[in-house]
Amino acid sequence: MDKPEYNYEIVKHFVHWSILWGVVAVLVGVVISFQLVMPQLNFGEYLSYGRLRPVHTNAGIFGFAVGGFFALFYYMAQRLCRVPIWSNGLARFQLWLFNIVIVLSAVTLLLGFSQSKEYHEMEWPIDILITVLWVAFTINILMTIFRRREAQMYISLWFMMASLIGVAVLFVVNGLSVPVTLFKSYSAFAGTNDANVQWWYGHNAVAMVLTLPPLAVFYYFLPKSTGVPIYSHRLGMVAFWSLVFMYLWTGAHHLLWTPIPDWVQTLAMAFSVLLIAPSWASVINGYLSMNGQWHQMRENYLVKFFILAITFYGLQTLQGPLQAIRSFSGFIHYTEWVPGHVHMGTMGWISLVIFGAFYYLAPRIYGRELYSVPLANLHFWLVLVGQLIFSVSMWIAGVVQASMWHSLNDDGSLTYTFMEAVQAMHPYWGMRSVGGVIYLLGVVIFIYNIVMTARGAQTPRNAAMRA
Amino acid sequence: MWEKNSVLLLLLATAAIMVGTVITMVLPFAYVNTDRDAIESVVPYSALELAGRDVYIKEGCNNCHSQTVRPLVAEVIRYGDYSKSGEFVYDRPHLWGSRRTGPDLARVGGKYPDQWHYEHMRDPASMAPGTNMPPYDFLDNREVDPELTRRKMEVLGFPYTEEEIRDLEGKTDMDAMVAYLQKLGSDIPWREQERVVAVGELTNPFAGDPAAIAEGLELYDRNCAACHGAGLSGGFAADLSALNYPEEVYFRIIHEGIQPLGMPDFATLGSERIWKIVNYLESEQVEP
Repeated sequence: MDKPEYNYEIVKHFVHWSILWGVVAVLVGVVISFQLVMPQLNFGEYLSYGRLRPVHTNAGIFGFAVGGFFALFYYMAQRLCRVPIWSNGLARFQLWLFNIVIVLSAVTLLLGFSQSKEYHEMEWPIDILITVLWVAFTINILMTIFRRREAQMYISLWFMMASLIGVAVLFVVNGLSVPVTLFKSYSAFAGTNDANVQWWYGHNAVAMVLTLPPLAVFYYFLPKSTGVPIYSHRLGMVAFWSLVFMYLWTGAHHLLWTPIPDWVQTLAMAFSVLLIAPSWASVINGYLSMNGQWHQMRENYLVKFFILAITFYGLQTLQGPLQAIRSFSGFIHYTEWVPGHVHMGTMGWISLVIFGAFYYLAPRIYGRELYSVPLANLHFWLVLVGQLIFSVSMWIAGVVQASMWHSLNDDGSLTYTFMEAVQAMHPYWGMRSVGGVIYLLGVVIFIYNIVMTARGAQTPRNAAMRA
Repeated sequence: MWEKNSVLLLLLATAAIMVGTVITMVLPFAYVNTDRDAIESVVPYSALELAGRDVYIKEGCNNCHSQTVRPLVAEVIRYGDYSKSGEFVYDRPHLWGSRRTGPDLARVGGKYPDQWHYEHMRDPASMAPGTNMPPYDFLDNREVDPELTRRKMEVLGFPYTEEEIRDLEGKTDMDAMVAYLQKLGSDIPWREQERVVAVGELTNPFAGDPAAIAEGLELYDRNCAACHGAGLSGGFAADLSALNYPEEVYFRIIHEGIQPLGMPDFATLGSERIWKIVNYLESEQVEP
C-alpha cells in the first residue's frame, strides 16, 4: 500500500510552540497566585494582578491548549483521512499568525488594552487576526477531510468538525463591538444582554475549545496507545450528538440569581444537569475500552495520562452540574471553589490528554524513541499531585469562604466582615501556590524530556522499562 | 449515513448548535433592555464617570470584583439592594465579574466619602487593614484625555456638554475612577429606602464591662481607625476624643451613619459589636 507524504513538520512546530506558551501560562499562574498572598509582588501597573490574570488564562487556553489542538488536529486529520494536509503553505501561514497573535495578545493585555470579557479580553484588531487564523485552520482541516481516502469518518473527526464551526460562531458573535480607536472598543450589546451573550460564549468556549477537541484527541490516542479499539462506536455517536446539542443551552448557569430572565436561568440549570449523560457516555466508553487491558495502566505510561484525564473529565462533569443548581450556586458562586473547579478541568483533564498525546507523537515527529520513560512517569505524578493540591485546597477554601459570607448572627447581622473572610483564605492560597509550583516542576521535566528526545540524546540506562 | 458525508455532518452539527443558541442567547433580547425592565431614574455615565469606567476595565478590576448583588439574604445585608436588569442598560460591556476576591461593588456608590476612595486606591491597606489589594497610586500620574473621552461619549450616544469636556482638563485617572465608583448602583434611591434605623429603647448591654472595652478597641482599630485615627485622634474624619455624647447617640451614629458627612452605616456589624465600640468610645472621652 502506498504511504502518503504526511506533513509531520507542521505538527512538530505546533507542539513546540504549544509547550512554550504552556509553560508561560503556568509560570504566570504561579506568579499571580503568590500576588494574592503577597500584594507587594504587584510591580506597578504593567505587572499587577488585574493585567496578568488575563495573560495567564489566554496563554493557557489559546497558547497551550489551542496550539496543542492545532498540532493534534493536523496529525489526526492526516492519519484518519489518509491524505496529507490540503495546504502546507496555509498551515505554515497559520503557524506564524498564531504566534504573532499570542505575542500581540500578551503585550496588549499587559498594556491594559482589554475588552474585559472573560476569556475574550483581546481588543478588536486582535479579534480580527484570531478570526483569520481560525478560518485558515478550518479551511485546511475541512479541505483535508473533503479529499479523504477513507470513506468512514472516525469519531474524532466529528468532534473536530463541530469544534471548528462552534468556535467560529461563538467567537465572532461575542466579539461584536464598535471601535473608538485602534485600542479601544465598546461591546455591541449592553448590560444584561451583554452578560448573557458573554456567558453563552464563555461556557461554550469550554465546550468547543476545551471539551470537543480533547475528546477528539482522547478517542484517537487512547486506542492508538492501548492497541485495542474504542469500546462502542454507537455510544460515541450518542455522546457526540447529545453533547453538541445540549451544551449551548447552559451558559446562563454562570449567571444564576443575576438579573438575567428567570426562564433562561432555569433552562441553563436543567440542561447542565442533563449534560451529565453525554459527558459520562464518553467516560464510560473510555473505561470499557480498557476491558482486559487494565494491566497497561502499570506497563504503558501513555495509558495513565489518558485514563486519569478521562477520570477528571468525569469528575468535572459531575461537579459542574452540581454548581449549576440554583441553591448550590447561591452558596458557592464567586468563591475560591470556582478556580478549584476550573483547574481540575484544565490541569487534570485537558493538560493530561495533551501531554499524553504529545508523548505519543514524540517518536513519530523526532524519528526516535522518547528520551526517558521514568521521567515521563515523574512528570505524570508531579502534575497529578500538583493539580490535586490545587483543586482540593480551593474547594475547601470555597466552602469556608461561602460559609463566612452567608453566616448570620441571631440578631440578623452578619457574623463576619468581608475582610475576615479574606484573611481566612491565606493558608489555602498558600497551599494553592505549592500545588502550582509542583505542577510547574512537572512541566519543566516534561520539557527537558522532549528537548532531550529532539536532540537525540542517548536514552538513559533504564530504557528497558519502556513499555 | 452522516458518518460518510462530511457536508451533511457539518450541517447537522451547525443545526444542533443553533437551537440552544437561538433560544437562550437570541430570544432574551426580546425581554432585556426593553420597556419590561426599564428604570426611569437610570441615567448614562457622565464624561468623567465613563473615563473612570474605562480605567476600571483597563486595570482589570473585574478580575477580583463583581458588580451584581444577588437577591440572597446575607448578600443584601452586606452590599445593599439586589441588582435590577434596568440598572445596567448603559453598560458596554457589562462588568458583572465571576469572582469576589474583593467585595462586590455594584452598590459601592455613596457608601464612602471621596477621600476614602482616594486614600484606598493609593494605599488600600491604609483604609482596609489586612487587605490583599495592590496599590493603584500610579493612577494619579495618568491624565484623562478630553478629546478621546468626547469621542467615546459620541460612540456610545451619551449626552454631554462642552463644559463637561472642558472640565476633564487636568483630571487624572484617579479622579475619574473615584467618580465612577461613586456612581455605581446609585441610580435608584435604594439607600434612602433601605436605611436601617434603630428603634425602641437603647440600653448598653455591656455597661462597665472592661472586656467589652478591650474588644471595642479591637473593632475600632479594624473598622474606624482608618478615617478617625488611632486612639480617636482624628484623620480625614472627625476627632472623636471629646464628643461626650450620650451613649445611645454613639450607637445611632454608628448604626445608621451620617449620609451628608460621608459616614457609612455599620449596621452590618450587628448591635453587640456596635455596643462594644460605643463602650470603648465612652471610656476614652476627655473633657473638652
